[in-house]
Amino acid sequence: MDYSDNADNNNNNENPDENDSDLEVSDILNFHTEKGTVIDPQSMTFSISGEEHTLGNALRYMIMQNPEVEYCGYSIPHPSEDKLNIRIQTTENTTAINAMRKGLEDLKSLCAKITETFCEANNKFDEKNSIS
Amino acid sequence: MKKSTSKKASTIQDRLEVLQTRVVVERDSVSSISSSDFPFHTNNQYPNHDVLERLRKKIKIAIEKKSQYDMEFDIIGIDASIANALRRIMIAEVPTMAIEKVFIYDNTSIIQDEVLAHRLGLIPIKADPDQFDFKQSTEHPTDQNTIVFKLKQECKRNPKATANDTDPKQLYINHNVYSAALTWEPKGDQAERFKNCFIGPVHDDILIAQMRPGQKIELEAHCEKGCGKEHAKWSPAATASYRLMPEIILKEEITGDLADKFASCFAPGVVEVEKTNVDGESIKVAKVVNPRIDTVSREVLRHKEFEDKVQLTRIRDHFIFRVESTGILDSEKIVFDSLQILSSKCTMLLKALDLKLKEKEEVDTSQKNDNAMDLDV
Repeated sequence: MDYSDNADNNNNNENPDENDSDLEVSDILNFHTEKGTVIDPQSMTFSISGEEHTLGNALRYMIMQNPEVEYCGYSIPHPSEDKLNIRIQTTENTTAINAMRKGLEDLKSLCAKITETFCEANNKFDEKNSIS
Repeated sequence: MKKSTSKKASTIQDRLEVLQTRVVVERDSVSSISSSDFPFHTNNQYPNHDVLERLRKKIKIAIEKKSQYDMEFDIIGIDASIANALRRIMIAEVPTMAIEKVFIYDNTSIIQDEVLAHRLGLIPIKADPDQFDFKQSTEHPTDQNTIVFKLKQECKRNPKATANDTDPKQLYINHNVYSAALTWEPKGDQAERFKNCFIGPVHDDILIAQMRPGQKIELEAHCEKGCGKEHAKWSPAATASYRLMPEIILKEEITGDLADKFASCFAPGVVEVEKTNVDGESIKVAKVVNPRIDTVSREVLRHKEFEDKVQLTRIRDHFIFRVESTGILDSEKIVFDSLQILSSKCTMLLKALDLKLKEKEEVDTSQKNDNAMDLDV
């Protein structure tokens, strides 16, 4: 089977809300909302709802790969609150928002690369086993 | 003198290399656990750093074993955070169909309605989840988001049973309710849509309830699409786990009877004792043959004689994944779906970020306009 086609166009099945209204999507991510926030483009806390350690840790890793990022960490302040906070502090060469965007884009293309590599390995395995 | 310092320097380099690429398994602890693969960490430089190029180059995948519902594969060159995200998604976020609502018309068996409904929910239902939509709590069931099963069974006495029979199998008819009793009722265009694919329980021999003569179960069960994070019944993975590739480093050769003892410290097949000829004499030498199957029991570290001769490590970026399906999805499909879901999470957040920024911009410009208006006045 070849799954590589659907790797790029993310089907709507996974995001049932996607077509409902853009307002709901924009509520997933917030910033400048945490208590004690000082508005500074280089250091921001993003607050994401509906996500847990699954995305939190992977995204933290990808953002930390950016050499312009001085600090990145995530926390789930309380387990019964649907909230994931990601803190990013960058050098003056970029902004926290750009670092966040780069992290998300990088994670996405890393997924595409893993999918592609997995597809190749899978096809190779199938070929080898159908011959023997 | 000079030589010895250069040798020392290289050993420090080597040690650093080990700490960066290996998790070190010691006698009573595990050290060098955290990844240090970040720019400017320790002696990392990554000049002209292209994050993706560097990460993408390292990735290697090999399928070790595969059957329809069970596979083992290696992913080399990714971080634990990515591997763990995939594992978590496979377990908790790849959707399947499972019985969610049960309408009980008649249940005179001894199993309570709620327990019966719970048992029904846990039965794996073979149906392609991609063909269905999630049903929101406000939505009504349609042929796009619900599969309907009926179950009707009544226990009777077996008229052919003799007076001496004590076995329920001989005494009664229909006293065991199996998952095979669930019959699919196609709704709307489902009969047409799914004429070529099977819809029903994965296994026909799951015991749901037991009855005695006069007892009866009649119910209608509605399957809905869902994810494992809401309830484990929707999880497509029986097991989805990974471990790091074990590595056994021999610092010096282990020979003679010690070689046999050394081999017996590991799982069978990990270390083999080979015979080699040295100066016309045949001696036994321990060789690490297959570290992959080692359980990393650390037995070898309990013995003083091996103390300085062996080091146990695990390769930090070599993940051995094992994915076993419940029989609803092919194992490879679970992996592909998990990758796609991780990617779509990013897409959605990027979209949310753009929307938020646009929102902020609109607020800012309207504020500016307000200020301008104030000035006009």
